[in-house]
Amino acid sequence: MRKLSLSDEILLQVEKPARYIGNEVNAANKDKSAVDVSVCMCFPDVYEIGMSHLGIQILYDMFNRRDDVYCDRVYSPWMDLDKIMREKQIPLFAVESQEPVKSFNFLGITIQYEMCYTNILQILDLSQIPIFAFERSEDDPIVIGGGPCTYNPEPIAPFFDLFYMGEGETQYYPLIDLYKKHKANHSSRMEFLAEAAMLPGIYVPAFYDVAYNEDGTIKSFQPNREGIPKTIRKELVLNMNETYYPDKPLVPHIRATQDRVVLEIQRGCIRGCRFCQAGMVYRPVRERSLKFLKEQAKKMLKSTGHEEISLSSLSSSDYSHLEELVTFLIEECGKKKINISLPSLRIDAFSLDVMSKVQDIKKSSLTFAPEAGSQRLRNVINKGLTEEVILEGAGMAFEGGWNRVKLYFMLGLPTETEEDMKGIAELSEKIAKRYYEIPKEQRHGKVQIVASSSFFVPKPFTPFQWAKMCTKEEFLERARLVNRTFKEQLNKKSLKYNWHEADVTVLEGVLARGDRRVAPVIVKAYEKGCIFDAWSETFDNDRWMEAFEQCNVSIDFYNTRERNVDEVLPWDFIDTGVSKEFLKREWNHAKEETVTPNCRMRCSGCGVMQFGGGVCFENKN
Amino acid sequence: MKIRIRFAKFGCMKFIGHLDVMRFFQKVMRRADVDICYTTGFSPHQIMSFSAPLGLGVTSEAEYVDIEVNSTDCSKEMVRRLNEAMVEGMQVLSYRLLPDKAKNAMSIVAASDYHLSFRDGYAPEQEKEFWKKLDIFLKKDSIMIKKKTKKNKKEVDIRPLIYDYKIEGSEIFLKTATGSVQNLKPELVIEAFYEYSQIEWNPFAIQVHRLETYSEKEDGSLISLEDLGEEIE
Repeated sequence: MRKLSLSDEILLQVEKPARYIGNEVNAANKDKSAVDVSVCMCFPDVYEIGMSHLGIQILYDMFNRRDDVYCDRVYSPWMDLDKIMREKQIPLFAVESQEPVKSFNFLGITIQYEMCYTNILQILDLSQIPIFAFERSEDDPIVIGGGPCTYNPEPIAPFFDLFYMGEGETQYYPLIDLYKKHKANHSSRMEFLAEAAMLPGIYVPAFYDVAYNEDGTIKSFQPNREGIPKTIRKELVLNMNETYYPDKPLVPHIRATQDRVVLEIQRGCIRGCRFCQAGMVYRPVRERSLKFLKEQAKKMLKSTGHEEISLSSLSSSDYSHLEELVTFLIEECGKKKINISLPSLRIDAFSLDVMSKVQDIKKSSLTFAPEAGSQRLRNVINKGLTEEVILEGAGMAFEGGWNRVKLYFMLGLPTETEEDMKGIAELSEKIAKRYYEIPKEQRHGKVQIVASSSFFVPKPFTPFQWAKMCTKEEFLERARLVNRTFKEQLNKKSLKYNWHEADVTVLEGVLARGDRRVAPVIVKAYEKGCIFDAWSETFDNDRWMEAFEQCNVSIDFYNTRERNVDEVLPWDFIDTGVSKEFLKREWNHAKEETVTPNCRMRCSGCGVMQFGGGVCFENKN
Repeated sequence: MKIRIRFAKFGCMKFIGHLDVMRFFQKVMRRADVDICYTTGFSPHQIMSFSAPLGLGVTSEAEYVDIEVNSTDCSKEMVRRLNEAMVEGMQVLSYRLLPDKAKNAMSIVAASDYHLSFRDGYAPEQEKEFWKKLDIFLKKDSIMIKKKTKKNKKEVDIRPLIYDYKIEGSEIFLKTATGSVQNLKPELVIEAFYEYSQIEWNPFAIQVHRLETYSEKEDGSLISLEDLGEEIE
């Protein structure tokens, strides 16, 4: 039997010891000493969050299909264990093999949100791996970063040996093979990295130098050795049916955030909302076939025993075979009493019919994401949803028995005016009114409308990447204005309005659009004790503000300055396939309040057609 | 049909709490394709109930879960199928048919057998002396401990709840009352001894292992929960 890294005494003192013992259903459980290459995949947040991540499940399965590779996993120890491990100097270990993270050949960290950056340092530090790549020795693992945040890797560039840009299915096997070759030749870390940097999608930060102008903007970003590519193009899978997908996903023993089978039906989104990074960087839309999904659903339900299955995509309603897929699932799952969850569905006659079949109407609520309060601003952000469509959908739903509605908005969008802000409350009011148009005897009690707004953070590779972001005070002022407007509505008792913390948003802004000069701030904040910044109970804004001050880094330089479209951006060396010309066009369209049609209506020439697949070639044979 | 499953929980699985063990078995039933009965209604759930829950960190070879099934294979085949859906540290030991009128495991538990020993590195220096003194302590007619209730502390005698004990080498065997009427956690016996001897108690020193769980027959004698069912040939 495996020996655990932590004593019973420690495990019995920490919250949820099951986070640290591995032994999950469908775990690979290989002998690490018997393989050529060992990879430790990391999600730098608590176990229940990390275990819910589809990307790691796919890569874990893909690596472990190879007999010469063993892939294990590690997550952030929660605050209680973090403290004990520091006191007792216990090196961080992978959950399955219980072997020290430091003993693996690769440490692959998926970076899903900016607020996990200090947890990356926690993982490295507890693993006793130097935080800075240049300090690492031949014995340290090669530290790889991947995931959405790597579309601007610069604020965390010094902590990584290399970044993998784009979807993991394509270049990891070649990277492993390259490593094997170098291992056999006993070559140095640098020799390996130099050759890895030639692989498609691989970015080695140490091989690039940044020069700055006097005003702080970037002057140049250049490779510092010969043969290193100037730009790095993201990797992507073109055939979504002949690729890796786990038949037997891991099933944790404690309830994960996603305690269900996740069926990824497609990648990318045809919509082109101008604030949405995922909608831009995951282009083009690539669907999985109905046949693939049916088979995969059956296999995964059988191998996991999960009582629920969920569809995953950026916009499920746009999947071409949705109706057939859902009909299949209702039939298949009905027999086995398995629940179906359908997130990101547009509310229309079809989805309401499906929802009434798979959910208890009394317990469920409708979700709309208008994102902005007025049609004008929805045009600016290219969110196609109109007031008419929302009211029609809500009306149908109310007549069908629903009486709870959730609405999602953003505040601080480019060009936003008071009218747009007030529109949030007014739209909510109109929905409530629509409910009370139903004859009293047909209503199911009172209507309950909950509107939430998050604060807008401009993200790299979106048409808003040049936009000015609000300050904390501006954000809160806007939220208060919306809140006041809610109080003025006739149906105010049926309406509820929530808004996000503004502190975290400000930080997210800097980390999203920062450059390499932001890295010391992250280190400083970590040294001051910041970890789990994504958790409100552990987030400490004061420490972060001190870190900015002590490192002499200006928040405003990164957040509140509108960038010139000719400025060199920190992430310009990455090629997502979407051209900068397209993003500029979209930025202008936004200012002109013009809508751009979705990919299926008309191609807008964003540039991703060059990949030679996906929605760009639908109906073109 | 009512079925009683006996299983063992050991190794790292001792860190999985009772609620998660319940969730684990719900998924096992699906992975092993057990034809389990569901409740009716909008959100049907499996008909399943567990015997006395085990504390975190305790191992056992006598955990019981009762289920209802529409159809079943023979016991041997079902044990094989269930074990195929298990992980290391969870093992099904038997699968038996209960009489239709049988009460569920939870409601009939009356006593359990345990053995307790020191975890590696936690034994006192004078270990032999320790066990000898414990033996003398347990020979007493009454063992009073302070029990905290919601309102106040009261003294209770736990000695009558210790049905049997035997000290052998460096471990102790204990048979204590278990269930909803009377319940004595075995750790409490050791804790009472520490208190009595005025030695500082380390709650992590002892590893508890459950050996058997019993129900009481009409004549007052004990019968293992497993023996209330019969093998399906």
